[in-house]
Amino acid sequence: MAAKPRIATVSLAGCFGCHMSLLDLDERILKLAELVEFDRSPINDYKDFRARCAVGVVEGGCCTEENVHVLERFRKQCDLLVSIGECAISGGIPAMRNNIPLRECLEEAYLKSPGVYNPGGVIPNDPEIPLLLHRLYPCHEVVKIDLFIPGCPPPADAIWDALVSLLAGRPAAPAYDRLKYD
Amino acid sequence: MKTVTFTIDGKIVRADKGQTILKAAEAAGIYIPRLCACKDLVPHGSCRVCSVRVNGRIQASCVQTAAEGAIVESETDELREYRRNIIDMLFVEGNHFCMFCEKSGFCELQALAYRFGITAPKYRLLYPKRDIDLSHPEVYLDHNRCILCGRCVRASQDLDRKNVFQFVERGCRKRLQVNGEALSDTDLRAADQAVSACPVGALMRKRVGYAVPVGRRPYDEVPIGRDIEKKGEE
Ligand code: SF4
Ligand code: SF4
Repeated sequence: MAAKPRIATVSLAGCFGCHMSLLDLDERILKLAELVEFDRSPINDYKDFRARCAVGVVEGGCCTEENVHVLERFRKQCDLLVSIGECAISGGIPAMRNNIPLRECLEEAYLKSPGVYNPGGVIPNDPEIPLLLHRLYPCHEVVKIDLFIPGCPPPADAIWDALVSLLAGRPAAPAYDRLKYD
Repeated sequence: MKTVTFTIDGKIVRADKGQTILKAAEAAGIYIPRLCACKDLVPHGSCRVCSVRVNGRIQASCVQTAAEGAIVESETDELREYRRNIIDMLFVEGNHFCMFCEKSGFCELQALAYRFGITAPKYRLLYPKRDIDLSHPEVYLDHNRCILCGRCVRASQDLDRKNVFQFVERGCRKRLQVNGEALSDTDLRAADQAVSACPVGALMRKRVGYAVPVGRRPYDEVPIGRDIEKKGEE
């Protein structure tokens, strides 16, 4: 028997809602596990790739330098890269800061907003904390993306349809009632 | 009344003399996508989503009258691509966060994007800085979602007889302006036709959102324009 195709998933600047929708496949998740081998993913908690993957699924856009590095690594390690959900595709909620200067965002969060207790007036800047980019980038503005599954989150059926057709080598346009931006 | 006969994608269509191509197509059960055109409003020809080729030349079908013997092309790959590009551009030049927009499921821009099967923006997202006017007790105006279609401008002038809205500046700086310091200075009311004329979530009544569950909203299952196409199949 030929080795099963490997699939990796990650959540960058997202809320894990798309991963929840993946779990929302219910018992089909077992079928998916028959079809593919899960590589790096929050589902099995593998922190890095074990082998080259057929498909990489990316939730969330790039909000930090680390997001960019992870996304680039996914591009290198996966044959096909899928952008899943509004944040990966058009920035989503994290992109609401895109027309506000970064300094203003940080000052609002750490110095000015009601309830903040920060007597030293320090904005966190530890090298351990991923460096924020000046704005959020959708994934396809950083690396090449092969397939998009929109939705916030995409319905489980849309994810299922897309993955199954992709694994069968015939990526299909989504059915009308499974194409959603909300 | 005198009638004219012409064809749309090879199909013979009859129109009253002076009728627009868009209206004649609609009566014949042919849907031509449109955004700035709206029932009861004088057509404007500004969004260009309804572009067709008339005897080889591109024209906005909402303002172009049907002429005897005209050969109109609508559903060609070229025109589909043009229309799709316009829809794409309208998305990236505003801030459209459908996931929390009260118009989602009712929105004509979103519905067109669904109909065209758009899964991701083709152009770079611009994330412009735009304002929201919350001053009015019954209505708000969110410029992030305004697509400058002019439907509120025309409805306010021609149907409500109020003249609450106007466009100011030109090109990429063009924007919608209210006739006063803010919406609350105007005589706009929630029941005005101007409010219901907005195809997107820009001009919205307050406190009535999210009333219809997901799955039962007008464009959840049925693509925009299907009602017109159904008439053609009967
Ligand atoms: S106006 Fe339409 S396209 Fe824009 S955010 Fe609202 S639902 Fe989406
Ligand atoms: S507020 Fe609505 S109706 Fe008025 S121009 Fe903007 S999108 Fe069109």
